[in-house]
Amino acid sequence: MEQAEIVIVGGGLMGAALAWALAGLGHDVLVLDGGDLDPRASRANLGLVWVSDKGVGQPDYAILSRDAALHWPAFAAVIQEETGIDLQLQQPGGFNFALSEQELEQLTANMATIADQTHGELCSYEILDREEVRVRLPHIGPGVVGASFCPYDGHVNSLRLFNALHLAMTKRGVDYRPQRPVELIEPTDDGFTVSGAWGAVRARKIILAAGLGNTRLAPMVGLYAPLVRSKGQVIVTEKCRPFFPSVSGALRQTGEGSVLIGESQETHTGSLAVNHSISAVLAERAARVFPVIADLNVVRIWTGFRVKTPDGMPIYQQSETHPGAFVMLCHSGVTLTALHALEIAPQISAGVLQPRLQPFHARRLHVS
Amino acid sequence: MFRKVTPGDKALSFHFEGGVCSAEPGDTVALALLVAGIDSCRDSVVSGQPRGPYCLMGACFECLVVIDGVQNLQGCQVQVREGMVVTRQRGGRHALGDTLS
Repeated sequence: MEQAEIVIVGGGLMGAALAWALAGLGHDVLVLDGGDLDPRASRANLGLVWVSDKGVGQPDYAILSRDAALHWPAFAAVIQEETGIDLQLQQPGGFNFALSEQELEQLTANMATIADQTHGELCSYEILDREEVRVRLPHIGPGVVGASFCPYDGHVNSLRLFNALHLAMTKRGVDYRPQRPVELIEPTDDGFTVSGAWGAVRARKIILAAGLGNTRLAPMVGLYAPLVRSKGQVIVTEKCRPFFPSVSGALRQTGEGSVLIGESQETHTGSLAVNHSISAVLAERAARVFPVIADLNVVRIWTGFRVKTPDGMPIYQQSETHPGAFVMLCHSGVTLTALHALEIAPQISAGVLQPRLQPFHARRLHVS
Repeated sequence: MFRKVTPGDKALSFHFEGGVCSAEPGDTVALALLVAGIDSCRDSVVSGQPRGPYCLMGACFECLVVIDGVQNLQGCQVQVREGMVVTRQRGGRHALGDTLS
């Protein structure tokens, strides 16, 4: 039977970032990826590097997200150096727009809560009134009453990121195999046997980075990965000249000029079909923030399923019963990619996850 | 180059970049441009490269033109009308009128 030192199940942003970094640390890495039609959040996301209001009531997560944003420039520089692919990373800071006084109060409260719970570590945000927003963003609509602004936020071309990670990991010697859905993981005396209809391989270490598939795979190696259903929907407009030089949690303008609009979450459906009553709400709100959007043609609308735990935080954990088996999953796969590569991969390499990752152990999700 | 398999009466005329082209009733702008030997109708937003009609069925967005002042129209989805003024789509559309031009 074939052998690899580390087998990573899943070749999305999570699996590819870890594979790339582990190969750089000298490990022999094999990535087993699923099929073309498997749900793949790495191809269905807004592309935000987002800190802002993430982690209300979850200060460890807020700080983790901020640190990921700080890792991004160095991470992107290395990826670009190795691949020649421009990831279009920009971190100009991000706005959350309020369309009513009530929304502004909520934003203000959320940002204050995060600053307080992180003992001031995340205090460099601003709450802006309408005029202060208008000075920075002249094209906002009359319905914008204010906004929060966080200096860490930004965006990246996430499809190029996905492509670049795959190219970079292959250049570093990672063995990537698509169309290898994993059905069974069996612990052995010196590692694991990973198998599917395609055959089987042996591994000393295994990393579950299979997104939605982790829920099924994790119990095979003493891990736990509960997820909730969360469908997102994104509207893509025609390309136009730049009018929004920053980002927001709900919309951004890409490097090529398309506007991406999406902040929806559906929990009641397993269907990937577009829901136009949601499209209407997304479009209406976006056009109130930037009236110019109402004039743009929509060229496509797509949906995807998020990888989301019941509390929204990542799960980073090594199995206690089967050391050498890790589960790695998160909702903010783009934002956290830089941290996965630069901070978590070295810990996996060393075989010990640091105390900083303890809050992301799945035990918090056990229903007692 | 492209030519009609069953040529008909080119009863319509329209303007493209200052020149005059003819078209049959029912022809789309993209088709009429190809028949007139014009295979480039826009400049890419991303690279600035010249581009022209490709799929002729509304999917590829390669045939974008400005028609009577309306930007970013798919030439393959608009039928030629008499006297229509068509110009190249140069890069991304101006979403904000003249303010960013």
